[in-house]
Amino acid sequence: MTNYLWLVPALPLAGTIINAIFSRKMPRWLVSIIGVGSVGLSFLVVLTQFIALLDSDEPHRVINVSLYTWIPVSDFKIDVAFLLDPLSAIMLLVVTGVGFLIHVYSVGYMAEDENYGRFFTYLNLFVFSMLILVLGNNYLLMYVGWELVGLCSYLLISFWFHKPAAAAAGKKAFVTTRVGDFGFGLGVLLIFATFGTLNFDQVFHAAPQMFAVGAPVMTIITLLLFAGAVGKSAQLPLYVWLPDAMEGPTPVSALIHAATMVTAGVYMVARSHELFALAPLSSEIVAWTGALTAIFAATIALVQMDLKRVLAYSTISQLGYMFVGVGVAAYGAGIFHLMTHAFFKALLFLAAGSVMHAMGGVIDMRRLGGLRGIMRWTYLTFFAAALAIAGVPLFSGFFSKDEILAAAFGSGHIVLWAIGLLTAGLTAFYVFRAFFLTFHGAPRWETEHATRPTGHASQDAQHAAVHPHESPAVMTVPLAILAVLAALGGFVGMPSVMGHNWIAEFFHPVFGAHEAHLPPLTEWLLMGASVAAGLVGIATAYWFYLARPEIPVRLAARWSGIYDLLWHKYWVDEIYSALLVEPGRRLAMWLWQSVDVGTVDGFANGLGRTVAGASRVLRGWQTGYARAYALMMLIGTVIVIGWLMLR
Amino acid sequence: MNLLSLLIILPLLGALALLLLPRASDRAARGIALATTLVTFAVSVVLFASFRATAEMQFVERVAWIPQLGISWYVGVDGLSILLVMLTTFLMIIAIGGSWNGITERVKEYHILFLLLEAALIGVFVALDLFLFYVFWEFTLIPMAFLIGIWGHGRRVYAAIKFILFTMLGSTLMLVAMLVLVFANRDATGALTFALSDLLKTPVPLALQPILFAAFALAFAIKVPMFPFHTWLPDAHVEAPTAGSVILAGVLLKMGTYGFIRFNLPLFPEAARSFAPILVVLALIGIIYGALVSIVQKDIKSLVAFSSVSHLGFVMLGLFALNAQGMSGGILQMVNHGLSTGALFLLVGMLYERRHTRLIADFGGVAKVMPIYAAFFLLVMFSSVGLPGLNGFVGEFLILVGAFRANVWYAAFAATGVVLSAIYLLWMYQRAMAGPITREENRTLKDLSPREIALLAALAVFIIWIGVYPRTFLDPIQTSVANLLGMIN
Repeated sequence: MTNYLWLVPALPLAGTIINAIFSRKMPRWLVSIIGVGSVGLSFLVVLTQFIALLDSDEPHRVINVSLYTWIPVSDFKIDVAFLLDPLSAIMLLVVTGVGFLIHVYSVGYMAEDENYGRFFTYLNLFVFSMLILVLGNNYLLMYVGWELVGLCSYLLISFWFHKPAAAAAGKKAFVTTRVGDFGFGLGVLLIFATFGTLNFDQVFHAAPQMFAVGAPVMTIITLLLFAGAVGKSAQLPLYVWLPDAMEGPTPVSALIHAATMVTAGVYMVARSHELFALAPLSSEIVAWTGALTAIFAATIALVQMDLKRVLAYSTISQLGYMFVGVGVAAYGAGIFHLMTHAFFKALLFLAAGSVMHAMGGVIDMRRLGGLRGIMRWTYLTFFAAALAIAGVPLFSGFFSKDEILAAAFGSGHIVLWAIGLLTAGLTAFYVFRAFFLTFHGAPRWETEHATRPTGHASQDAQHAAVHPHESPAVMTVPLAILAVLAALGGFVGMPSVMGHNWIAEFFHPVFGAHEAHLPPLTEWLLMGASVAAGLVGIATAYWFYLARPEIPVRLAARWSGIYDLLWHKYWVDEIYSALLVEPGRRLAMWLWQSVDVGTVDGFANGLGRTVAGASRVLRGWQTGYARAYALMMLIGTVIVIGWLMLR
Repeated sequence: MNLLSLLIILPLLGALALLLLPRASDRAARGIALATTLVTFAVSVVLFASFRATAEMQFVERVAWIPQLGISWYVGVDGLSILLVMLTTFLMIIAIGGSWNGITERVKEYHILFLLLEAALIGVFVALDLFLFYVFWEFTLIPMAFLIGIWGHGRRVYAAIKFILFTMLGSTLMLVAMLVLVFANRDATGALTFALSDLLKTPVPLALQPILFAAFALAFAIKVPMFPFHTWLPDAHVEAPTAGSVILAGVLLKMGTYGFIRFNLPLFPEAARSFAPILVVLALIGIIYGALVSIVQKDIKSLVAFSSVSHLGFVMLGLFALNAQGMSGGILQMVNHGLSTGALFLLVGMLYERRHTRLIADFGGVAKVMPIYAAFFLLVMFSSVGLPGLNGFVGEFLILVGAFRANVWYAAFAATGVVLSAIYLLWMYQRAMAGPITREENRTLKDLSPREIALLAALAVFIIWIGVYPRTFLDPIQTSVANLLGMIN
């Protein structure tokens, strides 16, 4: 079966190439069939691989497939080779499965866009890149996929490049993540220098034999790798690109900046768990970074008015949860949350996109409201996703979030658990705040719609409808499927007190079978605490935004300092600009104007002037004829050679 | 006939044909030049196909030229030079094709100079006699200076003279060093010879090595150019005609880096080892300095020129890491830089032909009216940024592996260049290509013609090929690299 593994990335790549070259000449339906179909077929191939994996017994669930030798220079030898194991299999399912649904949705969402072909070219290229990232069986190939998804992120964020904000956001994303990749790259180099190979199986086999727990080299390697994860998965302090990335089309936000690419850092840490197991300090830093990012981003999300940005900060926060999971060695739980998050967050974004589609590009929640009756499917599916992320029992997010919190508690990280619990409450609040503001209450768009400035029409706003309407089936069906997954997807990972944790068992060949079990009573109590936090959040949101809408206004006025701080996102962008960007630009300017033009070149020119002055004496020699110079050169050369020969 | 001699003679024949056709129309002149470069490239492909991955010199021809002085027509090719020969013959096609419409004055002379330049460049890369090398080396100067001085832009004469003076300063020292080397060798062996293979047989006295190394190194460092000898480069590039920049950046700079591996390393191995840290530090300064200065350039061409300082710093870092990965990466990166920077200059030139400006501020939103152009621009830009899957990554990463093994800090500093290159190129793209169209003139820009697409597509093929399957180009050079390293260590 694994003979066909190469088809998984090859199909989207083929889609990319075909659409890149021919989409301008092809009818749209053909572009769609190639764009969507290639990912759909890829998903089917993944299913066959997955079933084959299930059919084989545990020790045989790790398969390496080598395609060709990519870079062989002396002892540095890198293959293009794939690794199929339970971890990559789950990732493949998420990437191609959720990816396929988002491709289908895009057919409707992007229907009016003049660059339809370019969009699907980029989207397929992204899926290909993400599959390389996930499938690579060595660190360099992972790095290749890692950089390529960054490229696609750049291309798709700035898809509407004529908007200055979109163009700037794309560049910001690429450059910021590259700062993290600087660390990742050095980490890869250090791994090679340490182990003489970059292959996962060889590195992971050698590491525990060569190093004791806490060895400095392992700490440095894992921290460098984690630097890459911090950039790609938008953690403190490199998260700043992700909110801006919302300038991209909404399907892109769903696929790349929620469900898949941004989770690459979590995947990378989970994949490297043998290394992190030898570096407790790094694991601790991973968990703390995750927890602090989780609560930090959640507080910002409390007050934002742009629906997509609320979701963006929510993504940053949820990624923080995943890092808490993998940081406390609950790798399976981290990946489980990655999966459920892919379902409910993709759904939240797609539903938000459906709202934008209906409202002619409006995404400011102050101009939404009351859409409940008009967009039935969008409303219900958003609701399902909101319940999932808020951790309402039996919805998918409940199981995965609870598993992470339980693991944090069980491993003795009580403070991390408390932060996670508080964040859970905040999460429920901001999601239901968005839900109520968007779908409930009185419509706030009818009056403003008439006065909307027409010149401001963005690409998103091009399909501006005067009256909001439900989106076409090509968009609502993917919403419905994701809603089912967001609701029921958690049952594959039930806590031991409730039933069978299938996914944890499935991960055994990768992560081992050392999941710690808490006493049942503790587990129930923890569960109760998170449920309570979620319900309090939901209730508060209801109270603030439906029952007593004057309360949040009063609170904002009363605590205006805190409100301003949150509204301006802790001024982080401004601080970075003042401390890094501006001084950097000035340094470069100074180097150019003062050092290069002034000093180095000035020295050369000054030397030239001196020589020119001196040679005025010799002006008679300067006839201006090239042949005269040539003759003089020849004479000079002959004299020198002659002297050397005869001396 | 010997393939290498044929490669040198073919462009000369083309130049002669142009010279002898006094009434040749511009069109015919272009046609003859293009045909010549195509045939030359075809011959070089035959050469590459029959090249064996061994360490010995291949396709050697040695004919006495000035026997009294031990000077001979001595050519050959090995893993260190084969790729540069290929790069030269390939980029010459691009250069001729790229100036098809842009050059309208003295068309015949222009193409004669280019063909002379091609012969000289190939000569530089295959000469195995020091004197012959020097002749070719100096001979590249003349056509290039004329190309800048006659067909260049505003301050073309200043730039041309600066280019000549800088290069001459170095090459004069090199000539003296060559003579000292040759006569020292005669004193030791009794035989007067300029042949590299003969000179390599007898180790150069340790006392002489540092001074000779320094003299050669200065000549090559100016050509590369290494910080702080780089200030001729931005001027030369900004003023040069498009095709001149393509060849200047693509091939001429590689004469410097090639000189280091062909002469400095094998002739003065002890000095090379002790000088390596100095050169590496200069390379690192070049990487970071060139990139930082690129960020604030207002003229796209000088941005690309300064980025060359940064990229060539990478090449030098790789070469003087003095290990297999660094050197292989360095050699491959010479080719990569030739392809991507050549392509960048070509792209800038295409824009210049349409708008007669190269200032970033004069553009904005170009991608909207020139989508095909924008697609190629993106590809080439990311090749230059070192995106995996494209050529630049393979070279850059190998260099970093090599640098890391030489000294962790080398790699750490060099890797910042990877971040910086993303900043200066993406920011330039953002301002010139993205955003709304701010100037009316840009609204009517025409997208690429089939000729322009063909040129860029040819470059794109290699940009992707080297990125996806670099073995075609890495495998042939391995044994030569190993051999050279064996001589040093």
